[in-house]
Amino acid sequence: MTSPPSPPFEPANTLGRRPRLAVHKLSSCDGCQLALLNAGESLLTLAERFDIVHFAEAGIIDVDAEADIALVEGSVSTAEEAKRIQAIRARSRWLMPIGACATAGGPQALRNLADAEAWIASLYPEPQHIDARPTADAVAAHVHVELELPGCPVSTTQVLAALASLLAGATPFAEQDKVCLDCKRRGQVCVLVTQDAPCLGPVTVTGCDALCTSLGRACYGCYGPAENPEVATLAQRFAELGLDAEAVTRRFLFQQSGAEPFQQRVRAWHPKLQAGSATASADRGRDLASADRGSSMLSSMTSGMTSADRNLSMTSKEDDDD
Amino acid sequence: MTEPSSRRIEVSVLARVEGEGGLEVSIRDDRIEHLALRIFEPPRFFEQFLVGHHYSEIPDLVARICGICPVAYQMSGVSAIERLFALDAPRDPEGDSKKHSGAPHSEPETGRNSQTDKGPYNPPGSRPDSQRNSVSGSQRDSELAPWVRRMRRLFYCGEWIQSHALHIHLLAAPDFLGFDSAIAMAASHGDELRRGLALQAFGNRIIALLGARSVHPVGARVGGFWHAPALSDVAAVAAEAERAVPAAEALLRWTAALPLPQQPQHFNCVSLRHPLEYPMMAERIVAESGLDISVDDFEAHFSEHQVPHSTALHGLLEGEPYLVGPLARVNLNQDRLHPRVQALLTELGIDFPSHDMAQSVIARAVEILQAALEAAEILADVAPQTPAYAELAPRAGIARGVSEAPRGLLWHRYDLDADGLIQQARIVPPTSQNQARIEADLAQTLTRIGLNADADRLRQAGEQVIRNYDPCISCATHFLRLTLNR
Repeated sequence: MTSPPSPPFEPANTLGRRPRLAVHKLSSCDGCQLALLNAGESLLTLAERFDIVHFAEAGIIDVDAEADIALVEGSVSTAEEAKRIQAIRARSRWLMPIGACATAGGPQALRNLADAEAWIASLYPEPQHIDARPTADAVAAHVHVELELPGCPVSTTQVLAALASLLAGATPFAEQDKVCLDCKRRGQVCVLVTQDAPCLGPVTVTGCDALCTSLGRACYGCYGPAENPEVATLAQRFAELGLDAEAVTRRFLFQQSGAEPFQQRVRAWHPKLQAGSATASADRGRDLASADRGSSMLSSMTSGMTSADRNLSMTSKEDDDD
Repeated sequence: MTEPSSRRIEVSVLARVEGEGGLEVSIRDDRIEHLALRIFEPPRFFEQFLVGHHYSEIPDLVARICGICPVAYQMSGVSAIERLFALDAPRDPEGDSKKHSGAPHSEPETGRNSQTDKGPYNPPGSRPDSQRNSVSGSQRDSELAPWVRRMRRLFYCGEWIQSHALHIHLLAAPDFLGFDSAIAMAASHGDELRRGLALQAFGNRIIALLGARSVHPVGARVGGFWHAPALSDVAAVAAEAERAVPAAEALLRWTAALPLPQQPQHFNCVSLRHPLEYPMMAERIVAESGLDISVDDFEAHFSEHQVPHSTALHGLLEGEPYLVGPLARVNLNQDRLHPRVQALLTELGIDFPSHDMAQSVIARAVEILQAALEAAEILADVAPQTPAYAELAPRAGIARGVSEAPRGLLWHRYDLDADGLIQQARIVPPTSQNQARIEADLAQTLTRIGLNADADRLRQAGEQVIRNYDPCISCATHFLRLTLNR
């Protein structure tokens, strides 16, 4: 979920000017930009401390502006975005993807497991007008990044703390702990132990303040994997709770299917998938109404694991095509 | 200076809208040859990857369609599922939905005649509410179903307040006051801006009260909420509500005094209609044209089609553009507004219905005040509730549900199998419904200004027109489905 710590950013007071901040958006729901737009008074303070050079939703547009810090929301999911992220990288000193889409592809990365071209063809009557890559990638799959802030959504506290650290010339803090630790700190009763709820807290990184478990429900992993997550062990535990193999896999892929550690679960499950599904991708869309169990999420997405395998490996390395 | 006979006006990236879009206008011989609200925000295929998921996963998955209106997605989703699962139960003894199999409605209402239908204003905080909707038949006699209904309304009030306050102050106000951005406005209009940000924060606090956080909240589930809020937290938010109401009143006065352009146009408004309430979640869809249909009959009247310049589908009602959103809701439901809102509108001399899109900023302020008043009333009387949800028995079938997102009607359909797995999903968001109307408005507005006008002026006017609709492009583009061009 996080890159190794990078050297601290030059302190603001050595720049002789306010540091320039850009906020860019790729494929996303806009929810992570709200970390700033919902910040209230802090948004106005931020605008005093930083020279905001690009932030379209806030009304400041200069797509080509050079920036000291660039926040990027969203996944790279079109050829245009693949090109744009290169340009953003080239003119940004400190590049910080924020949120699940920018750090792991987001929920839309579920399509990485499917044949996205067939989806487009089955959904749009005129697919030639649609620019969409076969995958929705993390920013780091395309360019070097200084620090990733995970979470769906990223929190205002996280973003402001990271920006404040950078202003002070320090490397922002990167969460590494698991949600379990947060529950213990808060004295919250374990929902996995006491309710047999399939909680992803044991493998999910902190940052959310353990919100789901505070409501007595299982964590669904929207902050993505923590350091050294024991995915296989937890998957085994879920199976012992009575979840069938597909339900276990769905649990790990629910929000963070693009996160490499959670994809272990797909690979573990892969042989079963090959045996169980044979829906032709081209027919899939038109066939959705059929009450066939074969159209369950994973089998309907992964009509051929050859493409899934290809995409799984693609998400973890730099992609050289535009 | 001579104008060329052919010119092109382009806004490559629209500022102060949610998501990514642009505007293209080609003018030839003083006529608009081509006009396109370009939506290039890439599709994210939500309707596709909902397939195969369990119905219980809907609230947490569909929330991700929009960071600005996740509550709306969650409420349309849970409403759809509960309407299917509680099929045998009379959900609304007061006639909200006698049946939802398309049987004739016993109390026909048309939007056009809504003023003659003077249902009394019903404070949602009042106890008679407990007679109204039930989440499931088995829960009808308990306190749970009315509690869930009231809490959902509170939850939704929070979203309307935060989304409208964000739009008015951070996106729209700079247009009316002559600034590029709200940040640039801070020096000269700091008090108004801070009042707006405080209202936005109040809306977010309400959402977090029930959902633990305001963006992609985690509290909602099919059958109710995962957990009732702590009464101490309720009291804290209730105290904020007491401060928010006067702020919302001041905001409405302020929007009423803005120098808005006057340019009424002809268009048809569409919204939900509830027998008693200002509509958030309801069973009937009405239009000024006289349409009055069940939520279940949406697909028979409304269609979507693809246009080359947009990844969002264009919605049409009986083949014609229409408007959804705050102005459409106020136009069709002003008789359902809180008496204090109605009194203030009378005092200010503001008349609805209005067909001037610039007035939509006033309609948003009206709804902020409505929601703040309702939230204050609900927060003043929140009972503890354990559990805070009903367990419903799944059944196979077609689940349809709708609610009024901040930007307008948000219609969902899920085809479920006997295991509760989604076989097919269709989601019709407000912005794709408004797209055709936005383009019609653009053509009229730009023509009225004069197609020979300065390009910057046309560009600016075009952007303002688009912002009046508060388009959420992130929402609009994520809805792709199988049957088109019907």
